[in-house]
Amino acid sequence: MKLKFTDVFLQTATKILVYIIMTFSIYILFAGHHNPGGGFIGGLITASALVLLYIAFDFRTVRDILPVDFKLLAATGVIVSVLTGTASFLFDVPFLSQTFRYVDLPLLGKTELASAFIFDLGVYMVVVGTTMTIITSISEDDK
Amino acid sequence: MTLLHIAVLTPFLFVPLIPALYKYMRRIHTGWFVLLVPLSLLIYFASYYPVQHAFEPVIRSVPWIPSLDIHFTVYLDSLSLLFALLITGIGTLVVLYSIFYMSKEREKLHFFYAYLMLFMGAMLGSVLSDNLLVLYAFWELTSVSSFLLIAFWYQRKKSRYGAQKSMFITMTGGFSMLLGFIILYVASGTLSIREIISMADVVSQHHFFIPAMFFILLGAFTKSAQFPFHIWLPDAMEAPTPVSAYLHSATMVKAGVYLVARLTPIFGGHMEWFWTITIAGIVTLFWGSFMAVRQSDLKALLAFSTISQLGLIMSLLGVGSMALNKGYIDSSDLFAGAITAAVFHLINHSIFKGCLFMMVGILDHETGTRDIRRLGGLISLMPVSFTLTMIGAFSMAGLPPFSGFISKEMFFTGLLTASRNMSDWLVILPIIAWIASIFTFVYCMILVFKAFTGPYKPEKLERKPHEAPIGMLISPMVLAAFVVLLFFFPNLIAGSILEPSVKAIIPQAFVNNADWHVHLAAFHGFNTELVMTIGIVVFGTLLFIYLSKWRDVYDSVPWKFTLNQAYDRGLVGIERIGTKVTRSYMTGATNHYLAYLFIFLVALAGGTLLAQNAFVLDTSGNAQIELYEYMLGFIMIASAIYMLFTKSRLISIIAVSVIGYIVSMFFVIFRAPDLALTQLVVETISTALFLLCFYFLPKVGKSITQLKFKVVNGIIAVAVGTTLTLIGLSAQGHRLFEPIAHYFTDSYKLAGAKNIVNSILVDFRAFDTMLEIVVLFTAGTGIYTLIKLRHARRNEK
Repeated sequence: MKLKFTDVFLQTATKILVYIIMTFSIYILFAGHHNPGGGFIGGLITASALVLLYIAFDFRTVRDILPVDFKLLAATGVIVSVLTGTASFLFDVPFLSQTFRYVDLPLLGKTELASAFIFDLGVYMVVVGTTMTIITSISEDDK
Repeated sequence: MTLLHIAVLTPFLFVPLIPALYKYMRRIHTGWFVLLVPLSLLIYFASYYPVQHAFEPVIRSVPWIPSLDIHFTVYLDSLSLLFALLITGIGTLVVLYSIFYMSKEREKLHFFYAYLMLFMGAMLGSVLSDNLLVLYAFWELTSVSSFLLIAFWYQRKKSRYGAQKSMFITMTGGFSMLLGFIILYVASGTLSIREIISMADVVSQHHFFIPAMFFILLGAFTKSAQFPFHIWLPDAMEAPTPVSAYLHSATMVKAGVYLVARLTPIFGGHMEWFWTITIAGIVTLFWGSFMAVRQSDLKALLAFSTISQLGLIMSLLGVGSMALNKGYIDSSDLFAGAITAAVFHLINHSIFKGCLFMMVGILDHETGTRDIRRLGGLISLMPVSFTLTMIGAFSMAGLPPFSGFISKEMFFTGLLTASRNMSDWLVILPIIAWIASIFTFVYCMILVFKAFTGPYKPEKLERKPHEAPIGMLISPMVLAAFVVLLFFFPNLIAGSILEPSVKAIIPQAFVNNADWHVHLAAFHGFNTELVMTIGIVVFGTLLFIYLSKWRDVYDSVPWKFTLNQAYDRGLVGIERIGTKVTRSYMTGATNHYLAYLFIFLVALAGGTLLAQNAFVLDTSGNAQIELYEYMLGFIMIASAIYMLFTKSRLISIIAVSVIGYIVSMFFVIFRAPDLALTQLVVETISTALFLLCFYFLPKVGKSITQLKFKVVNGIIAVAVGTTLTLIGLSAQGHRLFEPIAHYFTDSYKLAGAKNIVNSILVDFRAFDTMLEIVVLFTAGTGIYTLIKLRHARRNEK
């Protein structure tokens, strides 16, 4: 990343903000089924938290603390989503049929488990992966 | 799924195992494992062979894409069975032969056998499918696998050239054939060949019936190397010899013959069908045999001879199709004789040509050359090879006591039938055939005597020749045994497979003629056909002896204007035009590309709107527009206009962001929190992206200030804006489909989700979402690749 200035205020704020944004994005991902949110928005918010990190610190530092290959993440996301779709073949229902069930879990009580969530998780991974692939490869390009 | 389907798919299923077998069983030649596939399939199909009872066709269907009428229907009648036996039978022998031909140390056997199995499966699928589109798919797969096999030694330039040529020509034919199939589908409403045959009368009334016929024939002719599409076959000889023996003589080139035979019940009886096939066949027969004499490479000689023999079979199918013509109903028996000859010669040709190819492969393998100018006097060194070559070549020349003699006599009978029953001047057919047969005789003699007799020239050979290993000789021995067997006992196959095959090709001719039977005999008495054969032997021997005297004839042919030249020039021309056209619009300037996209959008969407007269302004359902909504709208318009007049990029990006944020405000006002949230985050991230890209964008250039540039882009912009606005306004006034909103309101019951937007995304319309993320992923990979490629290229410099 070309932004090389060292901004103490930005860096200090980022350290706290990133946690908040990340937590929020994961909340959004899980809340999607009943409240505003979902994989797509969650992914975008995570991506914006990461972009903030990149802006505040230089590229190499971020890669050291977050050694994630975003291309791989995106590809995994696509595979997860497609596999959720094909899983419905095992139950002899059409492609991408989703189902849900209410289960009593410890601590959480009666919880709804939806197969659509796994699909949404795939969407989340694709969005984060692709957005960050684009942004990082463009920002690397000035070398 | 039935056993028949599995049989067709077995070669495909075996393919993934081949690399593993090659890798972990290096000490055993991979061919031994592969041999099991054609062998077991041969046994399986042979179990259908009707020995004592009449053969009943078997139909097994599995729905594949029922909504498009595509079913994987396997239809095993006598004609299909004949081909299946040839494919698996010769396949078995070829694989056995290849074990000794292909070195397990030097060659990439896992590729070789994988391609070979792909081909075998594709070929079985082609001859066993009843569904036209399934047949087409398998048909093209044979072209693809043939391409891979010809290019097996891809390091050689000639291999690549030959592979490309065969691919171009057969695939062009394939596309044309698909067009013909589609016309048949439109005319009949079904893709099943049997059903189309049952309504042949209705189909033939369709306006495009004759074009469909020509389109399909183009497919068959390119595949079966008929003049003038034969030019790919000699170049395909770059493939390893087992491949030439299998694909380019015994099976794949017969696919066109199969198609013509299979569709004869639909098209047969029409004069266009008769003329096209007969003329193409007879010209190919003559040209192939004439050119074969000129060749000095034994494999090229065999390639032209294959072309010629395919022409022979085609011409017989053409003549025989007249059995279905109403005008010749009395002589349908005689025309059926031509079909019988075609089928019998097809079997014979597969057998003796397979044998001959294997023998040429052995010569090549043992001496290091296939050039007849360097070969000679091998008879004492390779006596078994000589005998086998002689059997194959004499059968091809039509001499007794080999099976080719019978089918050659029947061939003359068939053509004489045409001239006797149809029109006197058709006597030209047997005359051309007779001349072609003389040339056939000559090149058969060249094959036998130039290679095996005459002076022995060890100094011209790369290695010291000796008899081939016994394993290599087994396959041609089996084939040669059949050649002799079928001469003495031709009726072994006459009643069981020839007769029902003929009845499958021209079923309508036997409706009132049930007691027609095939009976073959080696000797028919002293008749015209026998005189013709004697003439061939006499003149052929003379021509062969004085070959060096008249060989100059070939030099007088203007080779500059050959079909090969035309093909090569056409290729260069197409490339040149393609480059020119592509260069003219791929300018590298982004604004040009954007202009194409937008113009296309306006033309398509706006054009449809105009053409359908679809613009409707319906304000009846609209709510009151509040003051703050007016204000927000005004801000959007203002920032859009401001963007036009600013000179600074930064300001225009800010202006765009303003519009985006206002849109998300609208989402908030209209109570769409999901959309508002998404819009906000998207705006944020795209602003970050813009900032990143800033470094790479040039300064606002001169071209932007030019008037012409402004006017053109202004017009496009206004057009896009107008089109989209009109579409947006009209959307309100149209209800083309039943709304599906009730799904969404029931989302809690149906999908367990209280958030409608989310349940649309991941449940009701999950398929859309899935494809969208695939698109997103593809776009991301695209950007990544472009940037990395640029890096790599810069580093190279």
